[in-house]
Amino acid sequence: MLESEVLSQAFELGFTYTRSTGPIVGRFLTDLKNRKITGIKASDGRVIVPPMEFDPDTAEALSEFVGVGSEGEIVSWCWVARPRDAHPLDKPFAWAMIKLDGADVAMVHCVKAESQNDVATGARVRAVWADETFGMMTDIRWFELL
Amino acid sequence: MQKIAIVAYSQSQCVPQAGASNEVELIMPRLQEVYEQAGIRNAQDVDFVCSGSCDYLQGAAFAFVSGVDALGAVPPIKESHVEMDAAWALYESILKIRMGQAESALIYGFGKSSPGELPIVLSQQLDPYYLAPLWVDTVSLAAMQARLMLESGVISESDMAAVVARSRSNALNNPKAQLAAQVSVEELLREEEFVAPLRKHDCCPVSDGASAMIICTAEKAMEWGKPYALISGIDHRIETHNLGMRDLTDSPSTRTAALGAGADSGPIDVAELYAPFSHQEIILSRALGLGDETQINPSGGVLAGNLMMASGLSRIGEVFNRIISGDATRGIAHATSGPCLQHNLVAVIEGAA
Amino acid sequence: MSEQQDMITDIKTPVYLQYNFTAGKSPARFLSQIKQGILTGQRCPSCQNVYCPPRGSCAACGVATEEEVVLSGKATVQSFTIVAIPIPGNPIKPPFVIANLVADGANISFIHLMSDCVNEEVHMGQRVEPVWKPQEEWGYAMDNIKYFKPLDEPDMTIEDIGKLALNAEKV
Repeated sequence: MLESEVLSQAFELGFTYTRSTGPIVGRFLTDLKNRKITGIKASDGRVIVPPMEFDPDTAEALSEFVGVGSEGEIVSWCWVARPRDAHPLDKPFAWAMIKLDGADVAMVHCVKAESQNDVATGARVRAVWADETFGMMTDIRWFELL
Repeated sequence: MQKIAIVAYSQSQCVPQAGASNEVELIMPRLQEVYEQAGIRNAQDVDFVCSGSCDYLQGAAFAFVSGVDALGAVPPIKESHVEMDAAWALYESILKIRMGQAESALIYGFGKSSPGELPIVLSQQLDPYYLAPLWVDTVSLAAMQARLMLESGVISESDMAAVVARSRSNALNNPKAQLAAQVSVEELLREEEFVAPLRKHDCCPVSDGASAMIICTAEKAMEWGKPYALISGIDHRIETHNLGMRDLTDSPSTRTAALGAGADSGPIDVAELYAPFSHQEIILSRALGLGDETQINPSGGVLAGNLMMASGLSRIGEVFNRIISGDATRGIAHATSGPCLQHNLVAVIEGAA
Repeated sequence: MSEQQDMITDIKTPVYLQYNFTAGKSPARFLSQIKQGILTGQRCPSCQNVYCPPRGSCAACGVATEEEVVLSGKATVQSFTIVAIPIPGNPIKPPFVIANLVADGANISFIHLMSDCVNEEVHMGQRVEPVWKPQEEWGYAMDNIKYFKPLDEPDMTIEDIGKLALNAEKV
């Protein structure tokens, strides 16, 4: 049998799901919509942001919400010199693990910066809110360097 | 406990694009090769079949069901599938044999990652509320992990490059490898950064392909009369999905799995570690306490070619090959899944004697 | 509104992923032939069954189907349904007939449309032939065949459907 040429076809696969949040994630997202960042207290007292429903160490259901600051410190980061189409910024930017003031656990988000020379572990950053908030992680457009 | 033997293993060439070949066409040659090695006719001659794959990689819904077309499932066979690396299909197969439900099993894994943008596809395995909507890719997460290692002084960029140099050099002896070369640490460090602090060579390439294995009870292996190695232990452990709550510079789940598998009950001649990023090989060998007596990733590891959903099974196969060839008498194989080494499996493989 | 009513309980998280699909070597060969107006199948070297369209393997034997056979396109209705409701995204207006057809010389059925027929008279064992689109519209697709229409030939008995090895010539 003769081999054929490679036949290919570009296509887009869409999963248009609506997800139930539950009371813990729902509370965090509701607060984001109101431009506030909320964490939750773990069994050992650490404040986890964004809040988890269950303690990763003890599996205990968590419920004690704690408001945290919208400023924090970079714990680790990387520099995306060539953003991918799906990324939230189309110019070079940093992904960072950010420990917000009042939190004990770092969260992942993006940091807008002109150059990677401006970014450093330990640098202070502040949340920049979207013009319109919906109760989504992307209500924080990015963090900016202070 | 029932002793489990590996009697056959085959892996395809790691290629950046398998071209036209569909899942069935990737799997079939591997199956034919392991049937031949084990001296059996087809999947009807084993008691159980289990595969590992992920349909998201190629965006083909139920590709894993199409994969069954490679098996010859008439009359119907006992078959199962994990949406994970086939190393976990091996784990399921071992349980099946130990429960007394089967004496032999065929395991295969396949991945055709080239049709999609793999790091972005994999971003959708993250927390669907907090991380997936940001589209943070797996390379970036690994880069942040690498920086934690670098800035805490645990490793240097030269250490990372040394891992890559050894991988490329070892891969020269692996005809299935995608990336093989004699290259120095200095040359590697002169390359530009990709997702800083990672350079492109710190990241495994995207490869298409498949691998397959046949295991059975030690009695069955003797009956078949083929050379075999024994899986003396296997265990897997997972850590929290919350990256901020993990110590990303260590891999406690690997350490616990290794203890569970009995890795510490003898010398380790060879270790095949599934480290998709150079710094992760260092995390793993530290967690496993590997020293100079252990040859690490003689195949080149996945930095030389990474078949998503099959590379974990291939690590076990690579150790099996070295035991059969007499290069090693006892070794460990490691498989991983999830971002930044979240979920880890360790198997101990020994000579039959 | 109360605080309870303001609380977010669900979020839309659409995921769109871009891919470049490849058909597979065996389907690609089949589609290249259908682009030329030729319907083909592929034979299993083990059980001799002919697959149309082929996927690359004999699902029963687990071996590659490497021998290509050219088929006339004539086929037999193995099963069918009359679709009476509109299907979202389907431009065909109901009622229409979807049939499971076995091409002469092949042993495994495929699904296609039937038309130029009285829907109520469609039946199992009925003989049909393809109606091709104009040649200039042919692409790498099974819908180069617009539909199958009844053929003035005696019915095939149910037991014999899929066992006709006529017109199967080796390429």
